Amino acid sequence: MTEQATEKIDASLVKAFVYSTKNVLNTMVGVDVELGKPSLRHDPQPSYNVSGIVGFTGDVVGNVVISFTGETAGNIVESFCGEKMSPQSEDFSDAIGELCNMIAGNAKKEFGLNAGIGIPSVVIGAGHMIARMSDVPCVLIPCKCDVGNFAVEINIKQVACLTAEVK
Amino acid sequence: MKILLVDDSRTMRNIWKRVVSGLDDCEILEAGDGQEGLKTISENGPVDLVLLDWNMPNMDGLTMLKKVRENDKTTPVIMVTTEAEKLRIIDAIKAGANNYVVKPFTPDALKSKINETLKKASQPA
Ligand SMILES: [Mg+2]
Repeated sequence: MTEQATEKIDASLVKAFVYSTKNVLNTMVGVDVELGKPSLRHDPQPSYNVSGIVGFTGDVVGNVVISFTGETAGNIVESFCGEKMSPQSEDFSDAIGELCNMIAGNAKKEFGLNAGIGIPSVVIGAGHMIARMSDVPCVLIPCKCDVGNFAVEINIKQVACLTAEVK
Repeated sequence: MKILLVDDSRTMRNIWKRVVSGLDDCEILEAGDGQEGLKTISENGPVDLVLLDWNMPNMDGLTMLKKVRENDKTTPVIMVTTEAEKLRIIDAIKAGANNYVVKPFTPDALKSKINETLKKASQPA
């Protein structure tokens, strides 16, 4: 559990997510996102109860969690879909997942590496945990906007491109 | 006009639906992945426009596009994707996509891409 992170996180990867989160929330939800000071997260529990999780493969591995309070997630889903939805409904997680897919896809464009994005998964409920890589720190960016608070939790690293030409 | 919407996210299909339902006389077909998309085409016959997501389970959009183009070179296909790197877009164009829209987009941006694509497709080459 207390294993030390041995690698540094690449600042350009973090910047890509910051830019992309603002852009996607602005276009799809119509809100301006205010970012707080990034910090390192050491425990496997995400900041809030609703997690949109996107895994990366290829030149970048690991995962990124967009962690929302239940209320924020509800508000975001409402403006994204144009109607209120219960967190129990399939469409609720679908909307959160698609939003996270957009954020990851746009971030990937920003960092310009040959990375693959997985199909996003969404977990709702208090006390759930996220499996993270222990050799890179998890960077947490607190976010604030008109519809509530959320956090972007970035636990990814660039891997050596030994197979770059084989495709 | 028949429009096929292929995306694993129902939310996205609903957003597209709101946009395309403004078009004249439009029948909307939906599929949740590439395999379902191909099945929908084989069961319902040719469509007039396909909006196609890239990142989907079972069969992704690029694979579906390639399969469609094996025997149909003309149906306009718009790739809707977050995969905005140039190389990927070139892959899609090479595989026969007529246009692409990058997510996130506003409804107006999608509408104008659709109109642009349909207009081009209706012009004699
Ligand atoms: Mg998708």
